[in-house]
Amino acid sequence: MGRRVGMEVSIAAAEAVALIDVDVVAAYPITPQTHIVEHLSELVANGHLDAEFVPVESEHSAMSVCVGAAAAGARTFTSTSAQGYALMVEICYIASSMRLPIVMVMANRAMSAPISIWNDHADMMLARDTGWIQTVAENGQEVVDLLIHAYRVAEDHRVLLPVIVNLDGFILSHVIEPIELPSKEEVQKYLPPYKPALRLDPKNPVTMGPVGVPEIYTEAKKAQDEALKNSKKVIIEAWEEFAKHFGRTYRPVETYKCEDAEVILLLMGSIAETAMRAVDAMRARGKKVGLARIRLFRPFPVEELVSTLKNARTVAVIDRALGFNGHVGPVCAEVKSMLFDHGLTPYVWNYIAGLGGRDVTVENFIEMVDMVEAKAAKKEPMGYEIINVRE
Amino acid sequence: MGIASEALKDFKGFTMKNIPSVEPLSPGHRACQGCVEILALRLALKAIGTNVIVASATGCMEIVTSPYPQTAWRVPWIHVAFENAAAVISGVESAYKVLARKGRISPEDKVVFLGYGGDGGTADIGLQALSGALERGHDIVYICLDNEAYMNTGIQRSSSTPYGAMTTTSPPGKKSIGQTTWKKNVPAIAAAHDIPYVATASPAYPLDLMNKVKKAAMVPGPAYVHIFSVCPTGWRHPTNIAIEVAKMAVATNVFPLYEVIDGKWILSRKNPKPKPVVDYLKMQRRFAHLTEEEIEKIQARVNAEWEALLERCGEKKEPAPEGAEPSGE
Ligand SMILES: Cc1ncc(C[n+]2csc(CCOP(=O)(O)OP(=O)(O)O)c2C)c(N)n1
Ligand code: SF4
Repeated sequence: MGRRVGMEVSIAAAEAVALIDVDVVAAYPITPQTHIVEHLSELVANGHLDAEFVPVESEHSAMSVCVGAAAAGARTFTSTSAQGYALMVEICYIASSMRLPIVMVMANRAMSAPISIWNDHADMMLARDTGWIQTVAENGQEVVDLLIHAYRVAEDHRVLLPVIVNLDGFILSHVIEPIELPSKEEVQKYLPPYKPALRLDPKNPVTMGPVGVPEIYTEAKKAQDEALKNSKKVIIEAWEEFAKHFGRTYRPVETYKCEDAEVILLLMGSIAETAMRAVDAMRARGKKVGLARIRLFRPFPVEELVSTLKNARTVAVIDRALGFNGHVGPVCAEVKSMLFDHGLTPYVWNYIAGLGGRDVTVENFIEMVDMVEAKAAKKEPMGYEIINVRE
Repeated sequence: MGIASEALKDFKGFTMKNIPSVEPLSPGHRACQGCVEILALRLALKAIGTNVIVASATGCMEIVTSPYPQTAWRVPWIHVAFENAAAVISGVESAYKVLARKGRISPEDKVVFLGYGGDGGTADIGLQALSGALERGHDIVYICLDNEAYMNTGIQRSSSTPYGAMTTTSPPGKKSIGQTTWKKNVPAIAAAHDIPYVATASPAYPLDLMNKVKKAAMVPGPAYVHIFSVCPTGWRHPTNIAIEVAKMAVATNVFPLYEVIDGKWILSRKNPKPKPVVDYLKMQRRFAHLTEEEIEKIQARVNAEWEALLERCGEKKEPAPEGAEPSGE
């Protein structure tokens, strides 16, 4: 049986990795993910987890060790943030191209400079085009559950892709929350042992990572793209199975009071809990406001978002990173192009919020809704705006 | 007795009579004619046999052996990136360790975990990953195939390029003599990690090379072998004299052969009558621009390094007895 605990979310993430019974952990410290690898090192040291704990000399080697270990047939875990991710990103492209089911937690943090250890989504955006599946957690329970789900998806032979489970640094990683930790047996029932499709084995030699000449490179990339697109049905199926095993239901996009909403706030991560309170406050004033949260960021949940947004007149997309293209933030850019493809023309305004750990409050969300309605009424050209800037 | 000496106490070397016929790295690859780097790799693999997993760095040896859908590899081989072969093979080794412990693979036959890279992938961009892997004590063999420049991208200098050599990023000119720095001593850096086994080798002495690689594979823990890998394309000499060039490097003390076993430095070849360095330099066009003065400077440096090596090996400075040869020859 599972147990209910009050636990720091990072510690719970490490406990989940132990329940998953990973074989190899590659570890390199960076705030705010450090508690995860620290706790894993303890779990290995005290015998709770039988894994090789590889305390590497850099994140570049962390991901390289993961690639080697996964290619050799081991269930593999690592965890990082921001600058650490930037150092490993070269190998992250390779991990997904080689179709290795590595799972990583990214405790999201702002990118330097100026150096900031606090939360935003710049690192998640850096991971956006690497071909990894990415999920985004709202709370500690989701971190645990998405981790268990991640291995089930990654190792499915119809998928074989690496997965990042994103969680907001500090805001989520360092809070103590009530969490239901399943038992090892329950996890095992849901998550069969890793059976690699191919592995490095002298008894059956294979060549992995050869040169891709122009005659085959495009085909290799097309195959990878299709694998990522096709993963969505397995991701959803694995969530449905998850509900059967653990009683908690997950879907690619989570909605709150969206059915009749005229204005929809669209965002990712733990600020959804604050936004929900703002929605309640505005509903109490009679405003038809809803909230949509992207849980599955890669592959992008196009159908789910389209069906969520199709009746909204106004949408406020909240990005927690800049796109540096001069007209829109990264998530909003994807939302807009998707709406265009589906002939939907709501008024969309983009707020960039919470950069480098800046608080986003209930009042902020209320202001965003008020402002976006005013802009829509005046038919202002659509654009973006960084909120909470001290002038 | 140290770990390596213990593991090697009944070591039986290869002789001309029992060179293995197995070819884990098959013919039909795409290396240049006269490439000694591919020969080095082939000999190393023959010495290890087929119970091996190989991780390759990006570079000539990766490109010429693996253009999809062809492969020259008859043993499991993985290429990930330029700078991380040591980290990748660390991951493979870690996986095998834990999978054997958990009973998911049979632990009986000892697999050798081999990582290799060029001098660029080892001495420069990959030095950190290599140092990390050596320091953590993985049971791996790492081979540096030193052709003294970045050949795959078209002969750019590395920190292993010798002083005075012409490369495309160390061109000689009015204000430059070519490479302006001395060759980085990577075997000494590897040895400074206090690993059980370090050696230098040359395909001009194939038995010595194979025996050293075999020893590297036998010792538990990390082992490092630095192999002199002549590259006619980059060094600008006829392809048919590549092995002579390699011999001359040893004969002039430009590339001395030695081992470091459990921290003890041992010369493989004492070289009582070293040839003048100019004999080596003049075989290759990459040194053609050097003045006599520069050649003297190089000779002085080679002498000094040789003396330092003798001292490390605890050798007297008097000439050694005639006929001292690398082991196995
Ligand atoms: C991060 C990165 N930087 C640069 C390159 C381009 N590159 C590929 S191989 C190579 C040089 C390889 O030189 P070396 O390691 O000496 O091996 P060789 O080709 O001489 O055998 C370079 C610079 C790369 N692949 N990755
Ligand atoms: S460039 Fe040099 S090292 Fe590379 S394949 Fe040709 S001869 Fe060998």
